[in-house]
Amino acid sequence: MEGKKLNGNESVVRLENLKKSFEINGEDVQIINGINLDIKKNEFIVLFGAGQCGKTTLLKMIAGLEDITDGNIYINDKKSSGFNEDVGMVYQTTALFPWLSVMGNVEFGPKHRGAAKSERRKKAQYYIDLVGLSGFEKHFPVQLSGGMQQRVGIARAYANDPEIILMDEPFGHLDAQTRYLMEEDVEKIWAREKRTVIFVTNNIEEALYLADRIIILTECPATVMKEYVIDLPRPRSMVSEEFLRLREEISRLADARESEAG
Amino acid sequence: MTKKEKRERKKYLLISVISFAAFILIWECVTEIFGLIPPKKLPSPRTIVNVFLYKLSNTNPDGSVLTAHILTSLKESVLGFIIGVGLGVPLGICMAWFEKFDLFFKPLFDLIKPIPPVGWVPIMLMLFGLSIWSKVTVIAIASIVPAIINSYSGIKQMNPVHKWVAQTFGASDRQILFTVAIPTAGPMIFAGIEVALNASWVTLVAAELVAATQGLGYMIQTSRMVGRIDIVFMGVLVIGAFGALFTWLLGMLRRKLVKGGR
Repeated sequence: MEGKKLNGNESVVRLENLKKSFEINGEDVQIINGINLDIKKNEFIVLFGAGQCGKTTLLKMIAGLEDITDGNIYINDKKSSGFNEDVGMVYQTTALFPWLSVMGNVEFGPKHRGAAKSERRKKAQYYIDLVGLSGFEKHFPVQLSGGMQQRVGIARAYANDPEIILMDEPFGHLDAQTRYLMEEDVEKIWAREKRTVIFVTNNIEEALYLADRIIILTECPATVMKEYVIDLPRPRSMVSEEFLRLREEISRLADARESEAG
Repeated sequence: MTKKEKRERKKYLLISVISFAAFILIWECVTEIFGLIPPKKLPSPRTIVNVFLYKLSNTNPDGSVLTAHILTSLKESVLGFIIGVGLGVPLGICMAWFEKFDLFFKPLFDLIKPIPPVGWVPIMLMLFGLSIWSKVTVIAIASIVPAIINSYSGIKQMNPVHKWVAQTFGASDRQILFTVAIPTAGPMIFAGIEVALNASWVTLVAAELVAATQGLGYMIQTSRMVGRIDIVFMGVLVIGAFGALFTWLLGMLRRKLVKGGR
């Protein structure tokens, strides 16, 4: 933590008054209303929001999959427009290609950039081992459990060597036990490999367990409601006094937000 | 394959063999052994085997030996099938992928789609006479329709998340077509090819009944006219056997090309 703060003034992702609206049935519906955010190198950012509003869209905009209505996104101080090879993504549902093996999925990115077979195999193998799936290289996604599939998704994102990894509620569909294990592993991988992670969730424990900084978003249209810098030592205990206090506080905030919106 | 699976497979194979043998046995009983159905109506399996051997070297009553009929029919059906599928699959893919392509071909396709393939026989007969091309073209039309329909809907089934994944890895539209859309469509394309295969044999026989001087359909038609019901039955069974053989070959190819248990 301390070390990161010292060199922590490098901004990797900067959102500047970012806005997004969609036309739905001829009406302009605003989804994101002016988000300003400065994300440092190797920071683990959690976007915490309860509603259906804006979070996936926000990640898609950073990944260049969605147009920007207004405002700017800077990645490494360069104005982002469209696809950016510095950004990788882990998706909500398992987005693995069912026709490719675990190895085929993980090496998809490097293969697309034209990496030589031995090089990309080596790289993919490293990340397959890292997410604990050694021995499953030849398996197809259909043969894996939900948790294992998400591990492949994480390995696939890392294997392409992006500087920034976006994770869109990657554990939303997993049972509580698996989810807990996955959170531990994501933290371990991040601690070892670093990278800037932007992680979306609506689970408070998950947010508190993982985040350097939690950005709480408002209901629709989404904008930054409050920001928490989480200074707890890692790996975190989910029953420590400070953890529980923060959980309580954020939970109350989320309730207030919902009753406001409702 | 585990030991248990192997045992299960053996068991099912045994059941299939028994059911087939029982069918032949009952057939033999009601015809040859107990004479419940006169041979003029239903020839016994033994008679059919005998007439099969007889037709291998004898040109009565239709002017050609059995192998000549088989060769003609195979030539027509395989050629027509390959032309139909070879044009239909790429056309369906292009129609689904390129909007302009779709706009151009859709009206024409909508017009051709509802015409029963056999309806083309008189037209092709006038164009190509009794040559194999009158049959080949009809079969090609019969198999192009399911090939187009299935390839089209297969491509349209592409999961948008898969497209995003490829995009975040920097894939171009063309690369997405080949690495995401076509593999997605694989199972559907194969289902279409299977339907096309079926259609090609159905159409073949129908076309040969009307417009041929050789071929299995022609042999059946001529034998019927001279009251050789044994040859009619034998011909029908030969068609069935070839249909089954091609379905099996296609299944092998499918298992080789369509991965991931879909």
